[in-house]
Amino acid sequence: MNKEERIPLLETRDLKKYFKTGAGMLHAVDSINIKLYEGETIGVVGESGCGKSTLGRTILKLIEPTSGDIIFNGQNISKLGTRAMRQLRTEMQIIFQDPYSSLDPRKSVIEIISEYMMIHRIYRTRREAYNRAAELMELVGLARRYADVYPHELDGGRRQRIGVARALSLNPKFIVCDEPVSALDVSIQAQILNLLMDLQEELNLAYMFVTHDLSVVKHISDNIMVMYLGTCVEFASSDALFEKPLHPYTQALLAAIPEPTLESRNHPFKLIKGEVSSPIDPKPGCRFARRCEHCMARCTEETPEYIETLPGHFVACHMVNGK
Amino acid sequence: METLKNTNPILEIEDLSVVYETDLETVRAVNGISMKIEKGKTLGLVGETGAGKTTTALSILRLLPENTGKILGGEIRFDGKNLLELPEEKLREIRGNAISMVFQDPMSALNPVYTVGDQIGEAIKFHNSHLTKEEIEERVEEMLKLVGIVPSRKVEYPHQFSGGMKQRVVIAMALCCEPDLLVADEPTTALDVTIQAQVLAMVSDLRDRLGTSMLMITHDLGIVAKTCDNVCIMYAGKIIEAGTVEDIFTGDRHHPYTEGLFGSIPNLKVKSSRLKPIAGLMPDPTDLPKGCEFAPRCEKCMEICKENKPEIYTEGAHQFYCHLFGKQGKEQAMTEGGGRDE
Repeated sequence: MNKEERIPLLETRDLKKYFKTGAGMLHAVDSINIKLYEGETIGVVGESGCGKSTLGRTILKLIEPTSGDIIFNGQNISKLGTRAMRQLRTEMQIIFQDPYSSLDPRKSVIEIISEYMMIHRIYRTRREAYNRAAELMELVGLARRYADVYPHELDGGRRQRIGVARALSLNPKFIVCDEPVSALDVSIQAQILNLLMDLQEELNLAYMFVTHDLSVVKHISDNIMVMYLGTCVEFASSDALFEKPLHPYTQALLAAIPEPTLESRNHPFKLIKGEVSSPIDPKPGCRFARRCEHCMARCTEETPEYIETLPGHFVACHMVNGK
Repeated sequence: METLKNTNPILEIEDLSVVYETDLETVRAVNGISMKIEKGKTLGLVGETGAGKTTTALSILRLLPENTGKILGGEIRFDGKNLLELPEEKLREIRGNAISMVFQDPMSALNPVYTVGDQIGEAIKFHNSHLTKEEIEERVEEMLKLVGIVPSRKVEYPHQFSGGMKQRVVIAMALCCEPDLLVADEPTTALDVTIQAQVLAMVSDLRDRLGTSMLMITHDLGIVAKTCDNVCIMYAGKIIEAGTVEDIFTGDRHHPYTEGLFGSIPNLKVKSSRLKPIAGLMPDPTDLPKGCEFAPRCEKCMEICKENKPEIYTEGAHQFYCHLFGKQGKEQAMTEGGGRDE
């Protein structure tokens, strides 16, 4: 497991995405550094508005980054133009959150799944593309009889399987899964999670799994990054993060999950005060400081550095790193 | 068990059936369910999308869509009165006053063109015509304080509040007439976990202080474990298992659907490589199976399950709607050499 010697499939260096708004600059993604290796999953968790979806889209260059580098498969893609990107898109795909709005209602299932292959001219004839699409349907557990039906005739779980089949159609190495199960019921959610994990094993895929659901992210990820207002506050292996969360925000986030066991009944909720503040022109200092129970004078003045506190465990917090 | 019989329930639903009728089809949303909520207790109603949870809640206040929703039969008794037989004017006195409701989506439950103070005050004014304007204002401020919002913000409009704050406003509206029963329909589903924790802690605290009884509708078993006293698990318009939280979370005998539901949630403590989902999908509510509603997805399905609807079998306060708990199920377990032992 010498990670240093392996070359990451995807790396971001100081990646930033700011949006211009009427009120000022919105720091949606601020200085994110990640490394993702083949066949692995990085989970990105955070509350709504923390920039996790923007991060996924910026990495795929669906949104242009403001600054920083994205290195995919050894190539710096952050400055690539649309045409060069289009070729790369066969290797990086996305599965969207909402299986209702991400599928074209006027196309049949087989047309949706083969659309990318037609665009990229992978096959010479439509028939070949359809054959491949039918194989993909089998792979994701969709019965062939659904080939000619339209998305509105299917339930959420089956629609999400279409989304998965479509993402796989170009044989990508890397897939951003943007909350792929949060619109689904638990029993269906479990089916899709199992499917994604089986496919990863079979095809050696790398996932970036963006979600707000901590139990899902723990289940599927090798490493987890916790985001707060555009910054990464903690990064660690999935086990380490849940066993010993170091950042006060991660601790609060974990304590806030109601666990489906009776033991949790007797523990009162551990609450963090207030709500996520505005990401527009944030002041220097820790962005979590205003809600943090351990807030010190230093926290509001100086932005904490993102440091490898324990081997493989990165934290940006004055309290943790000050000791 | 003895204590259960002695307490008097605040709300009793008996054999309630609700359908949605259109020219094309009849959706059987709720099919003969019975439950009761005891005074001061919280009943959790759990199930997936389309199980009939929200329909049940809407039936209690008779808020079903007028043209399509029809209550076919059953009784909903609140404080001894059958709500299904009350005339509309009487019902209006109960809505928002004795029974109030918190809806899932705080963004759409508030009127965007009125200030939050006006909206909270509206319910108070409607049910307390003797109060003066000043007294109403005072009460509005008191309510906002109760849910942790600075009273001076009462002049602001819903869009000026965040999601969690809006849900607090909705809860303030629901509680302003000190209802005896609060129906909360997925009150935190639209919120982030940290905000969810704030809202749930607040609701539990208010419930304890005001002695409100509650019907908590949710799909999240974690919320049930944390807030409910009794639980009903719903599937395709039927209550398939009911009992105390202890029965549901620790008892070793469960309906196969309950087992599937628990197997589908990733466990935070134990690392498991695969989840054990329930195969298949919920049956089409316009075309329910002849036998048990869960039979097509059930791993333990027997012949009888496909043919006949099960009865409700009870073990103390713990109820099962499943043939496995009947005579045949037990015989089957014996011949297969156990599996479900007595």
